[in-house]
Amino acid sequence: MTEPTEESVRAEVSAWLKDNWDPALGLVEWRLKLCESGWGAPHWPKEWYGRGLPVKFNAIVDEEFAKIGAVGVAKAGIRTLAAATILAHGTDLHKEKFLKRILTGEDTWCQLFSEPGSGSDMAGAVTRADKQGNKWVINGQKVWTTSAHKAQWGLLLARANWDVAKHKGLAYFILDMKQPGVQVHPLRQMNYHASFNQVFFTDAIVEPEFLVSDVGDGWNVATTTLMHERRGADGLRTWATASNAKGRIYEEERAEIATTMEPYKWYPQRAGRVDLVMQRAKETGKIDDPVVRQEIAKLLIMSKSAEWTARRARAAQNQGKPQGPEGSLGKLVASNVARQAARVHTYLTGADALLSGKDSPMEGVIAEILISVPASSIAGGTDEIQRNIISERVLKMPRETSVDTNKPFKDVPRNIVSS
Amino acid sequence: MKFSFSSEQEEFRTGVRRALEARSPTTEVRRLMATDAGFDREGWKKLNQELGLTAIHIPEAYGGAGFGYGELGIVLEEMGRSLLCAPFFSTAALGTTAILNAGTEEQKQALLPTIAGGETTATLAFSEDSGLTEAASVALTATRSGATFRLEGSKSFVLDGHTADLIVVLARRPGSEGDEGLSFFTVEGNAPGLDRKLLKTMDETRKLARLTFNGVEARLLGSEGGAAAPFAKTLQQVIVCLANEMVGGADRLREDALAYVQMRMQFGRSIASFQTTKNKAADMLVDVELAKSAAYYAAAALDEGDDDVPAVASLAKAAASEAYLQTAIHAVQMHGGIGFTWDNDTHLWFKRAKSSEILFGDANYHREAMMRHWATPLAV
Ligand SMILES: Cc1cc2nc3c(=O)[nH]c(=O)nc-3n(C[C@H](O)[C@H](O)[C@H](O)COP(=O)(O)OP(=O)(O)OC[C@H]3O[C@@H](n4cnc5c(N)ncnc54)[C@H](O)[C@@H]3O)c2cc1C
Repeated sequence: MTEPTEESVRAEVSAWLKDNWDPALGLVEWRLKLCESGWGAPHWPKEWYGRGLPVKFNAIVDEEFAKIGAVGVAKAGIRTLAAATILAHGTDLHKEKFLKRILTGEDTWCQLFSEPGSGSDMAGAVTRADKQGNKWVINGQKVWTTSAHKAQWGLLLARANWDVAKHKGLAYFILDMKQPGVQVHPLRQMNYHASFNQVFFTDAIVEPEFLVSDVGDGWNVATTTLMHERRGADGLRTWATASNAKGRIYEEERAEIATTMEPYKWYPQRAGRVDLVMQRAKETGKIDDPVVRQEIAKLLIMSKSAEWTARRARAAQNQGKPQGPEGSLGKLVASNVARQAARVHTYLTGADALLSGKDSPMEGVIAEILISVPASSIAGGTDEIQRNIISERVLKMPRETSVDTNKPFKDVPRNIVSS
Repeated sequence: MKFSFSSEQEEFRTGVRRALEARSPTTEVRRLMATDAGFDREGWKKLNQELGLTAIHIPEAYGGAGFGYGELGIVLEEMGRSLLCAPFFSTAALGTTAILNAGTEEQKQALLPTIAGGETTATLAFSEDSGLTEAASVALTATRSGATFRLEGSKSFVLDGHTADLIVVLARRPGSEGDEGLSFFTVEGNAPGLDRKLLKTMDETRKLARLTFNGVEARLLGSEGGAAAPFAKTLQQVIVCLANEMVGGADRLREDALAYVQMRMQFGRSIASFQTTKNKAADMLVDVELAKSAAYYAAAALDEGDDDVPAVASLAKAAASEAYLQTAIHAVQMHGGIGFTWDNDTHLWFKRAKSSEILFGDANYHREAMMRHWATPLAV
C-alpha cells in the first residue's frame, strides 16, 4: 500500500462524494454513509468509522466537502469531547454504543464536571458514586452544565473513594441523563441565554459497564476531556451555520442547528466576532478614526498572531512532533482576543452600543458580544488557571504549595459557598 | 474643597447610603428594571422628598437647598453604588442643570420649585439618532409660531424620555448650522404631537427613549439662538455628575468581589490567598481610588468655577470609564462561573459600567476633549 498524499486523498474523497452525495437524503441517513465510508472522521481508526488517516488530511477532506456543499458529521458541542474521550479510554462496548450516534448527531452530550464547590478545583468534586450490588448509585449536584437539558448522555466525574487523596478517589462514568434520578434545571445567564444548567442526582443509576476509568483513575480520563476542550478553544473552531440551500438534508441540518445545537447559538459572540470588525468599521465610518484604527490594528495583530500560533501548534501535532509551548497558549490568547474585540466593537458602535435587541446594530448581535465575552475567560478553565498551567507545567516554575492533595479527601477543608 | 469632604458632607453621605440600602436592594432594582417605566413613581417621590434629593443643587431662591456639585456628586455616587432605579440623573443632572444654565430668572422661578419639591420629573433631549453629543449634530428644528414654537424632528438616547414630565429640548432655527441658531425649549411630556418610544437597552437599569416631534408646541427657554454656550456648560456638568455616579458603582463592585473571594474556597484554601487574586484586588483599588479622586476634583472645580473645568470634566469621565469597565471585568472574573449568571448581581453593575462607559462620549472622546483644552494653546 502506498502512503496517502494530499493528491491521493483529495482524489479519493472527491470521487466518493461524486458517487454518494445526495442532498435529497435524510441527515442521519447520509451521516451513516459517512460512518461506513470513514469520510466523516478520516483521522479516526478504520474499525471505528474512520480511515486511519493522519489528522493533517482533515483539512483537505473538509475542503472537498465544502466545494460541493456536502454536509459533514455532527462536529460541534460537547459530543466531540465525548468522542475523543471514548476513543482514548473507552471499551469496545462504549465505542460500539456511542461513537456512531455521536457522528450522526442522534445523541447529544454534556460534561458533568463542575460543582458548586469545585470549579477551578475540578478534582475537588463531591458528587458521590457508591457501589450497590453491581451498579453505581450517584448522588449530588453539578452546575454550569452546558446543554444538559438537551443531552441523552453525560460525562460524569464523581467521587468513589473518600479515604484517599483528592485526585485518587475519582471515577469517570457515562451517565444516562434520561432517568428519574436526574433532574435538570436551566440557569439563566447574564446574556439572557440559558445554555447551562444545574443537574441534581438522586440515586441516579450507572450500569457497571458504563464506568470509563477504573476507580481512582477518573482524573486521568477527565484530563483527556479537558485537554480536548482547551485545545478546541484555540480560536480556530468554526460554528455550524445554517446553509440556506434547498434539499431535505439542509432542512434537517437547519432544524438540528435550531434545536439540539441551540445552546451554542451565542458561542461565536462570546469569542468576540473579530470577523465582523472590518465590515462594521466601514459601515460606521470609524475606519477613518485614527484612534479607533489603532485599536482595530491591535486586535488584528493579536488575532492573526493567535491564529498562526494555533496553526503552528496544529502543524506540529500533524507532523507528530512533541507539543511545544505554543500548544498551551491558545485558550488564554483566545480570551485576550475576545476582550479586545469587545472593546473595539464598543468603539465602533458608539451610542448604539447602549441598545440591545431589535433596535440595536445587527439585531442585537453587537450587544450580545458585549455581554457574552466575559464567559471566554471563565468557561473551560479560567484565565488564571491557564496561566498556572503555562507557568507550572510548560515553564516548570515552582508549583503553588498544595494544602489539599496530601491527605485523605474527607479531611480537606471545603466550601461554604454554593450556587 | 477638592481633597476632602466636610463632616456635614460625610454625614449626609451616610444618611443617603443608609436610605438607599434600605430602599434599593438588588431585589428592588431587578423588579423595577423589568418595568417599562423603570421606576416606581410614588416610592421615588417619597424617597426624594424625605431626603430632598432633587433640591440639592437648586438655589434656595427657586425652592432648592442651595448646595453644589460636591453634594450632588455624593448623592450620585451613592446612587451608582445602589443602582437606584429612579429618574434622578435625568431630572437633577440633566433637566435641572440645563434650566439653571439657560433659563431666565422668570423661567427658573416657574420651573424649578416643582422639580425641587419632587412633583415634576425632567430630562434633557439633545442627541439624535447619531448619538453624538456635539451641538452641531442637532437637526431638530424649531419654528416660531406666535408666542411659542413648533418642534419638528427627533431625539434619541433620551434618559427617562418616555416618562419625564418636563423635557428640555435642544433645537435649531431652520437653515442654521453648527453652534449658530441653537435654542433650548421646554415641552410637556404629554404634549400633543410628541411620540415617545422606550428603547431596549443593554443596561436595563437606565432607561432611554426615542422622541419624535411632529409640530409639538414648545416654549423657548432662555434666549433665542443662544443655547450653544449654556449647552456646552451643561454637558461638562453632566459628565462630572456621571463620573461621580460611576465611581460609586465601581467601588461597590470592587467591594462585593473582594467579599466573595474571601468567602470562596478552592484547592483547600481561600481563593483570596492566591497572589493573582490579591494583585487584581490591589489593582482594582488603585483604579477606583484614582477615578474617585478625579471625580471629586472635577465636582469641586465646578463649584469653585475653575478655568480648566472643560479639561477636568473630560478627564474625570475618561478616568471613570476605564476604571469602571476594568473593575467590572475583574469582578465577573473573580466570581468565576457564578459571575456569569443572571441570578448573581455582578452583571447588573457590569452592564451599568458598559453603558456609562459609552454614555455622553467614551474615554477616547474625552481624552481628546481634554487635550483640546489643555494642548491647543501651546500649539499656536
Ligand atoms: C458559559 C460557561 C459554560 C460552562 N460549561 C460547563 C460545562 O459544560 N461543564 C462543566 O463541568 N463546567 C462548565 N462551566 C464551568 C467552568 O468550567 C467553571 O466556571 C470554571 O472552571 C471556574 O470555576 P468556578 O466557577 O467554580 O470558579 P472558581 O474556581 O471559584 O474561581 C473564582 C476565581 O478564582 C480564581 N482561582 C481559582 N483557583 C485559582 C488558583 N489556583 N489560582 C489563581 N486563581 C484561582 C479563578 O480564576 C476565578 O477568577 C461553564 C462555565 C461557563 C461560564
